Amino acid sequence: MEYLLIIISAIFVNNVVLAKFLGICPFIGVSNKVKTAIGMSGAVAFVMVIATLVTFYIQKLLDMYHIEFMQTITFILVIASLVQMVEIVLKKVSPALYQSLGIFLPLITTNCTVLGVAILAVSEPAYGAAEAAVFALANALGYGLALVIFAGLREQLELAEVPSAMKGVPIAFITAGILALAFMGFSGLC
Amino acid sequence: MSKFQIFSKGILKENPALVLILGMCPTLGVTTSAINGLGMGVATMFVVVLSNIIISLIKNIIPNNVHIPAYIVVIASLVTILQLVMEAYVPALYDSLGLFIPLIVVNCLVLGRAEAFANKNNAIDSALDGLGMGLGFTLALTVLGAAREMLGSGSIFGLKFIEGDGIIGFVLAPGAFLVLGLLIAGANLLSKKIYKKEE
Repeated sequence: MEYLLIIISAIFVNNVVLAKFLGICPFIGVSNKVKTAIGMSGAVAFVMVIATLVTFYIQKLLDMYHIEFMQTITFILVIASLVQMVEIVLKKVSPALYQSLGIFLPLITTNCTVLGVAILAVSEPAYGAAEAAVFALANALGYGLALVIFAGLREQLELAEVPSAMKGVPIAFITAGILALAFMGFSGLC
Repeated sequence: MSKFQIFSKGILKENPALVLILGMCPTLGVTTSAINGLGMGVATMFVVVLSNIIISLIKNIIPNNVHIPAYIVVIASLVTILQLVMEAYVPALYDSLGLFIPLIVVNCLVLGRAEAFANKNNAIDSALDGLGMGLGFTLALTVLGAAREMLGSGSIFGLKFIEGDGIIGFVLAPGAFLVLGLLIAGANLLSKKIYKKEE
């Protein structure tokens, strides 16, 4: 039951893109086609779950030695090297998966969803390792959902007639705003 | 490019938030009020100026293969300093900006300027570039924050000018996207007008 609560809250109520504003750059940048959106969210899900689990235990270490102020530096370094490692391992173990996720992986280091979710997961005192992992996975799913819906909308939007000043990014933001409005309908769900 | 051009290009012509579309997460996330936008802008300016200066000074001793991780360490250290300073001196602002302060590390604006400007130019030019970009970012965030605060709660910088509540949607998530979209469109129009005149 508690896991279900975490999942629904992270995907719909507090959607990572549309309510928490994390990972907006790739949300606007790589969401032109549904296919690339799926690839990107797959790569994010993969890295986010691993990163959150690893940083969860690193936070325990930081707490143990009372050097919590090192959180930002250690987390970003861990995530950056993790992305590199995932890339290398994936290349060796599953070339097919690497082919489809490959180009998105280096982008993830500077995707603030990974660092953001890792920090959110450790700052929630009630979360154990399992809850943190579920939280990360649910956030990744929420991210994927928003990205894929938005990519579908933008594919349609390319055919629409838009005033010249609004072309491109501005209309994308307006569309995202309306999407966020729709997602607000979920608030109060749990 | 003259020193003034280096400094001033970040304010409108290459405004990081409105033209280059960098650093969108804090732009949308914290601008529920003008003061939050201003605080976030100044915090980012602090980091981008110092990281530009430090990186332009150490660019020659960093091996090219590891330059991105090295830059990230510099930026993360600056952000940690910022976090500690803000927690000590402006705890209220620190609380309301919350998660977005550590996330300055992954703000593409900071790493972007390091990569695009500071590793090719000297310290003084890099400082000017960082200052201009920081000011442009601060300006955009403050305007966005002010617009959302006016529409959403009928006040500006905390001073109430309308009785009762505003349109709450503008303080919540959807308003951020809508107002930013309109603001970028406005900046597009404005820069088109200005640069047509120059031609």
